[in-house]
Amino acid sequence: MIKIMTKSILPIVMSLLAVNAIAETAEQKGLRIAKEADAQNIGFGDTTADMMMTLRNRAGQTSTRKIRSKVLEVRGDGDKSLSLFDSPADVKGTSMLTFSHGLRANDQWLYLPTLKRVKRINSRNKSGPFMGSEFAFEDLGSQEVEQYTYKYLRLEPCGNGWTCHVGERIPAYKYSGYSKQISWMDTKGYRLVKSEFYDRKGSKMKTLVFSGYQQFLGRYWRPGVMNMQNHLTGKSTVLQWSNYKFRTGLSKRDFNKNALSR
Amino acid sequence: MKSIHKKLIFLTSLLLSTTLQANDLSGKIGLEGRYFLDDPAYTGQKSGGLSLSLQPEYKHKWNNDHNVLSFIPFYRKDSKDPERTHGDIRQLDLTMAKGDWEFQGGISKVFWGVTESQHLVDIINQTDGVEGVDGEDKLGQPMFRMSRIHDNGTLNVYILPYFRERTFVGANGRFRGSLPVDTHDVSYESSKKDKHIDYAARLNHTFDKLDVGLSYFDGTSRTPQLTPNLASGVLKQHYPLVRQAGLDLQYTGEAWLWKLETIHRDTKAENHSAAVGGFEYSLPSLGSTGADLGLLAEYHRDSRGYALNAPLQNDLFLGARLGLNDTEGTEFLAGTFIDLDDQSKVFRVEGSRRIGKGVKLNIEAQKLIDIDNNNPLRNVEKDSFVQIELQKYF
Repeated sequence: MIKIMTKSILPIVMSLLAVNAIAETAEQKGLRIAKEADAQNIGFGDTTADMMMTLRNRAGQTSTRKIRSKVLEVRGDGDKSLSLFDSPADVKGTSMLTFSHGLRANDQWLYLPTLKRVKRINSRNKSGPFMGSEFAFEDLGSQEVEQYTYKYLRLEPCGNGWTCHVGERIPAYKYSGYSKQISWMDTKGYRLVKSEFYDRKGSKMKTLVFSGYQQFLGRYWRPGVMNMQNHLTGKSTVLQWSNYKFRTGLSKRDFNKNALSR
Repeated sequence: MKSIHKKLIFLTSLLLSTTLQANDLSGKIGLEGRYFLDDPAYTGQKSGGLSLSLQPEYKHKWNNDHNVLSFIPFYRKDSKDPERTHGDIRQLDLTMAKGDWEFQGGISKVFWGVTESQHLVDIINQTDGVEGVDGEDKLGQPMFRMSRIHDNGTLNVYILPYFRERTFVGANGRFRGSLPVDTHDVSYESSKKDKHIDYAARLNHTFDKLDVGLSYFDGTSRTPQLTPNLASGVLKQHYPLVRQAGLDLQYTGEAWLWKLETIHRDTKAENHSAAVGGFEYSLPSLGSTGADLGLLAEYHRDSRGYALNAPLQNDLFLGARLGLNDTEGTEFLAGTFIDLDDQSKVFRVEGSRRIGKGVKLNIEAQKLIDIDNNNPLRNVEKDSFVQIELQKYF
């Protein structure tokens, strides 16, 4: 869930040194930049962070969710992640374990504390809302290069004095809720600045704006705030990240059914 | 055994020394109202009533969440049935994980299994029979657990040093037969009675999309044999020794979940087998609302045929699960058990929704339809009900 910040929502980045870019098609260039952005995140090891989610409806009423997140980098496969829910109070103690695998369906288990039951769940409804928010499960899952096809669009300024690659990506996943996504990613740090989500009918559905980036271990950029606005419903959700820690010593033994139910 | 004592001493000293941290404390208070659709079948039974429950929870984690100390007491006050007014320590235990090993000692709860409409392989904890009609409420079980964790699975070994008797509704309560169960008239096959040490083990393993669980239990049966004491007009309980082998399987596809649980159980008096298996099919999100719908079907089989403890001898469960995925987390689960031998039916619905900050509304209803004279459910035929519960979380 954390990895999304750098790798995700549309890793379209260009190398300024790419002389052969002239010969590239827009699709090849889009893919190359996605791979470069992905490579930026290699070696982070593991991360933990706290997330506060604020849901706002059209009338301005808010409700919050608090989730602690742990992610373990897995070389050669998708990451393993564990999400621990602290609020709303009735879901406190619930947790979710996800092994992501690129194009293959994720393995996902849910722990229900009342029954002390670990339940393997399927991933068909990735397009569904995450805890009633404007984020879908697919927006928050680990993002892998092969989950999309890419197309480079243009280079343009995108605030903060940054220059952004603008690109389009189309989900390969057949049950995705989106027909395409368009993203702005800064050319230097591979930081996502903005993503637009288009629904199955092709209308602009949601816009996600990233801010408050911090750099960790001199390399890995993570945003502090992610603001998702739904244009169709007028509802919005803000994610605020805090307490980022890297290389905390987590191992694969912290990502199994036993750890899930502790 | 020595290690259990050590663990318990360590646990107690930890309890005394650990400073309470505010965010480790939480819990819930519930106010429940029940309404029965029919007049009671037996003398003494009351119609609906109110009930208040309290369940605080203290949970302290440290050392990268490798160590966990939990304490969950529970108390219910019922306005109609004194037997339903009861307390329990649901959990008071310490869990420690180290490398490939995990240890747990104290009073705890364990769930085994995969199916939705019946939990066959699940045997470690005694059912808290006065709490709900679905048998999903359990009493805390003293135990010591040792787990060996592998890359795709775990071997769990349990030592269960003390037995908990099942709770039963009293003479005033519903969901009973014509004779109430005497909670004091209890006998055991084992001469050690409730001090008999039970053993259990479960191996679970994930093979890609397939999750497999193999389990074994050797100890005092959680289900008592009930025999009438005609002189005093009650049922007395006898707990035999039992050995149970269990298998549970789940195949997780993209839209289909296939599930199977099966057991073989041996006691001195009888051997029997039972199975439940079926699927859950997830439909794609409904329109733009984000709601999702799942369809369930599970078939039940029990080699004993009609028996008081086995109404699911040749039954089909058909159900649907609806999650609105809204801010309030609204969910429904509705379904019908159909007895394929005699067409008796039980319709059940459960729903929940957050209403306001820290408040949750739960509804539950059950309707018994066309119950055959020979079906064990005949005893509770007049106990169709609607239940509404408000829970305040703190």
